[in-house]
Amino acid sequence: MTKLVPILSAHWDEKDSFTIEAYTRNGGYKASAKALSMDPDAVIQLVKDSGLRGRGGAGFPTGMKWGFIPQGDNKDHYLVVNADESEPGTCKDTPLMMANPHVLIEGCIIASHAIRAKYAFIYIRGEVTHVVRRLNQAIEDAYKAGHLGKGIELVLHVGAGAYICGEETALLDSLEGFRGQPRLRPPFPAIAGLYARPTVVNNVESIASVPAIITNGAEWYQKYGTEKSKGMTLYSLSGHVVNPGQFEAPLGITLREILEIAGGVRSGHKLKFWTPGGSSTPLFTDAHLDIALDYEGVAAAGSMLGTKALQIFDETTCVVRAVLRWTEFYKHESCGKCTPCREGTWWLVQILRDLENGSGTEEDLAKLLDLCDNIMGRSFCALGDGATSPITSSIKYFRDEYIAHVTGKGCPFDPVASTIFSTTGAR
Amino acid sequence: MFSDQDLQVMDSIIKRYPRSRSAIMPLLHYVQSKAGYVTSEGIELVAKLLTIETAEVSAVATFYTQYKRKPVGEYHVGVCTNTLCAVMGGDEIFAGLKDHLGIENDGVTADGKVSLEHIECNAACDYAPVVMANWEFYDNQTVQSSKDLVDSMRQGNPPAPTRGPNSLPTWKENSAVLAGINDGRANEGVQAGQPTLLGLKLSKEGK
Repeated sequence: MTKLVPILSAHWDEKDSFTIEAYTRNGGYKASAKALSMDPDAVIQLVKDSGLRGRGGAGFPTGMKWGFIPQGDNKDHYLVVNADESEPGTCKDTPLMMANPHVLIEGCIIASHAIRAKYAFIYIRGEVTHVVRRLNQAIEDAYKAGHLGKGIELVLHVGAGAYICGEETALLDSLEGFRGQPRLRPPFPAIAGLYARPTVVNNVESIASVPAIITNGAEWYQKYGTEKSKGMTLYSLSGHVVNPGQFEAPLGITLREILEIAGGVRSGHKLKFWTPGGSSTPLFTDAHLDIALDYEGVAAAGSMLGTKALQIFDETTCVVRAVLRWTEFYKHESCGKCTPCREGTWWLVQILRDLENGSGTEEDLAKLLDLCDNIMGRSFCALGDGATSPITSSIKYFRDEYIAHVTGKGCPFDPVASTIFSTTGAR
Repeated sequence: MFSDQDLQVMDSIIKRYPRSRSAIMPLLHYVQSKAGYVTSEGIELVAKLLTIETAEVSAVATFYTQYKRKPVGEYHVGVCTNTLCAVMGGDEIFAGLKDHLGIENDGVTADGKVSLEHIECNAACDYAPVVMANWEFYDNQTVQSSKDLVDSMRQGNPPAPTRGPNSLPTWKENSAVLAGINDGRANEGVQAGQPTLLGLKLSKEGK
């Protein structure tokens, strides 16, 4: 029996899956009609009961987040969907919105009703033009069909290339028309979010999961997943595998199981290291193949479930090169607001470049760890923390490889061998 | 540069939001759709429309990397060189294109047709190595396929994106889409590529 449970992805193989006709044909917009006939608090309770947790990385219970919005406060409330998918390795929301934008819109209607918001925003990254097209058209069609515009307005807001705007308070500043820099918390967005009003910020997949929960009920959702990580989710497999792609499975599946389904690591090679949920989640190795990929299982093994972005690297990959490149990314995307991240990521890059080029020393490893110690937990937001994850975890598991760069005065790997064009690495 | 009709469109963009300043980002995308990049004239216009200072608009325009402060090519090519794409061949593709076009990162060819930039993760890792053109997907690229792609751009007949409209829009045309202008092409192209559908397909096969 299959371990996969396609719910979000159930109709992606229909050629017109992104149209309102296809969505309606497959039962779409019945969940929002049902939810709108319910008391908002009952909708929140149902989502709480389902056990749905945030799919953007942190895993915060979605219904509880909605419940934090003060009621009867005579203030405008806002729903903001975080579609700024930019975490390296993460590639689930983009294909979801391209193949089925209406499920997100229907989720927005339900969530807005629950938190009593009249305005909802989808903040999408600006580098995915065709997804912007599909969403804009879908919103237009949802208005024409009367799903939107009767008490709930939905606006698509297109970003312009800043990873930091995936951080919820930076996203809110960006949406207000400022540079995207994180805010000091508290106050949290539930109290003072967009325009200083109570605001829920949810990931695309979290909101898109809601219509099926409304339709099928909390008990149905609870049947999938593990004790504290309920439901199914999109796992994104990429890198040195025979078949990369999206796999929707109950929380708690292992990488070994996903690799078995997908056809494994590319022929003639073996798994060296991988990320469970994007580059900001500490690396795993082949010793972690049987970790349950749920929020608790991954955390207990010293990493984070994150966005379930399973980036697979085989033995041809230099871990120092991989970590240097991620670190260059964090340096580039650091917003500059706080010193540990702005200065720290810059120094991390300098030291890692020296190591990769063969001009580093063994003392540099201690310096890297000391820098990470001064960034982790001391930065304004999670970008700084995330920047340290690949470094500290790679030194933990591959210290010898760093040392080999020092003693051999350079990188011992051939970068061509790790490409998909390499004859030894052909798919 | 900006006609009365442009001003009407920009006014409609502002009206999408409960508070006008929120319109600054789509307005800057719209400026790029007309001028090709964020010009000083565009910054002054946006400041005037939102009744804020030009320095405030500049502060936003310089924070986000998609806003260009100088002209890019008719076709702006981005090669993902974040770790996964880089390792899978993005570094070779980027080096190959620099060499082939004779330009560096952020450079533009002399004929103004193609500009080149190394980009960060573009949320298509299951299609690595990824090249973007005017922010449309060209999936599963090789050094040769990406060279062929830029050659066809210089000849004025680039192939359609892998997952996108039936032909590649220009930089200015796509900037208008990012400003929220419907170009009527949402129904073009595939609903999903093969990797996106793989889990669904395998589940139907009982795996």
